[in-house]
Amino acid sequence: MSVIVLKPGLLSTLQDAGRPGHAALGVGRAGAVDGPAWQLANALVGNFSGEAAMECTLLGPKLKFTKTTVLALTGATMEASVDGQPIPLWTRCQLPAGSVLELGGMSVGCRAYLAVGGGFDVAKVLGSRSTDLHARLGHANGRALRAGDELPIGASTSPASAHDNNELTSLPWGVDPHPWFDFALQPLGLSPGKHSHFLDETSQQTLHREKFILSKDSNRTAGRLEGHTLNLRQPLELISEATLPGTLQLPPSGQPIVLLAEAPVTGGYPRIGQIAAVDLPRLAQRRPGDAVCFRQSTLDEAVRRLHEREQRLAKLISTIERRLKQTAH
Amino acid sequence: MTRSAALQTSAVLPAIQLEPMAEDALLLRFGDTIDPSLNAHVHAAAAHLQQRFPALEYVPAYASLLVRFDPAQWPSHDERSPHQRLGDAIMAALADLSMAVAESMLIEIPVLYDGTDLSEVATLTGFSIEDVIVRHVAMKYRVAMLGFAPGFPYLLGLDPALAVPRRADPRQRVPAGSVAIGGQQTGIYPAELPGGWQLIGRTPLRLFDVATDVPSRLAPGDRVRFHAIDQATFQRLAEAPSA
Repeated sequence: MSVIVLKPGLLSTLQDAGRPGHAALGVGRAGAVDGPAWQLANALVGNFSGEAAMECTLLGPKLKFTKTTVLALTGATMEASVDGQPIPLWTRCQLPAGSVLELGGMSVGCRAYLAVGGGFDVAKVLGSRSTDLHARLGHANGRALRAGDELPIGASTSPASAHDNNELTSLPWGVDPHPWFDFALQPLGLSPGKHSHFLDETSQQTLHREKFILSKDSNRTAGRLEGHTLNLRQPLELISEATLPGTLQLPPSGQPIVLLAEAPVTGGYPRIGQIAAVDLPRLAQRRPGDAVCFRQSTLDEAVRRLHEREQRLAKLISTIERRLKQTAH
Repeated sequence: MTRSAALQTSAVLPAIQLEPMAEDALLLRFGDTIDPSLNAHVHAAAAHLQQRFPALEYVPAYASLLVRFDPAQWPSHDERSPHQRLGDAIMAALADLSMAVAESMLIEIPVLYDGTDLSEVATLTGFSIEDVIVRHVAMKYRVAMLGFAPGFPYLLGLDPALAVPRRADPRQRVPAGSVAIGGQQTGIYPAELPGGWQLIGRTPLRLFDVATDVPSRLAPGDRVRFHAIDQATFQRLAEAPSA
């Protein structure tokens, strides 16, 4: 049972929760840049063990399913159709064997997640199925998917409905995306970084008051911000130390860079802030050209918000699990 | 007795600054220079903490150690944040850190010294090519940290006379196995990567291979020695299954 990639879209990769535990060897975590969207797509198809899903960027792929498959699409908004028939997002659909799924360009947001019942069952590398494009780790030596790729699907714990396997069906309910997708491009919480106080006064104000624009040079490693140049009161010569997703760095060009899921494990640029972990998926869903602005926050607030989100997400996932069981009976 | 113990500790271990860096990350800063003894403290602390708190992830660098933790396992308590609680536990654990840690591994790296930039390094340093090689194999190095790419070691211990600036025009593709000098450091490219260091040779050994039980040949804190090999030995080692 497998999926055949007919067209890969702009940049499609397989992602799970990432590859923790190897940073000391120079291996970053990678993983889905919009974690909640990835988790909810999985939950909707009955995957509760961190299965790999497909992360699609700006323009989705065209895929053929050899067997009856359940799938769910979350994250960015786009047209999705099965053999020409539109299917809904943020719910679960069942496709007959031989179906062709076509995902269009994303109209809102930057990244969509496609989960299939049983998950994409490619070999794990260092404990994860995530593709790390920079480190070339994961499926097919860490490259993006391309036409002709055949991806195995794992055994589903949530079997396809037995009523009629030859018909395209979807659940009568779905997940409300609003708590999980930032349609309003809200300001991102920013707590101070080690070198924030080296910013000159104008730059301090610019950072917290002005709108930046996400550059088209952004990728899974980093979001590059344009529109304003920030300056330090004095140049800093720093030695390399560990870096993390969410760190706002200031290279000599003065254009801030936010590290994302595929962040390198070490670096030596001044750190002028840390974006709240709960706001990173929101940043990852911004499109090149979208506005990015910050509001002053603290790490303690970020910890609190992360805890609250994890509780809400866990509750929603257990509700989905319960309702899926009811639907099956 | 307590006082002398405290004095001994402070004589051994530099003051550590705790810097909360992210929701799940606390940075231990030992200093802000590239210094072999400072870096040795980092590795000793990492090994010590690894034993006490094996569930945490440690990322050593030149003069700092990042600790990643699950904030849900260190919830706020008595008005102390997760970072404060973890920081207190770490500082308590480091109070009995002894520098008498087990000798680290010594890894031998065979190198065919035929690098594209070898003659430029000779010109820049004023040595003959043979002297550059002799000075490069004479030293014992220490893996200060790995980074940049999986398995890329930043090695301390280069003969200061061999320190040469990075190339003004970095290469898009440096071949896997390249042994290079960048400033005061030397390193080995584990895969084909872009890079601006001066290439002096190449090793037939595979430095990073996910198919093996231990994916990286080098670990932070390991000691490294290079030895020169000829073309025939390079070929033989490159074709050996353990390369």
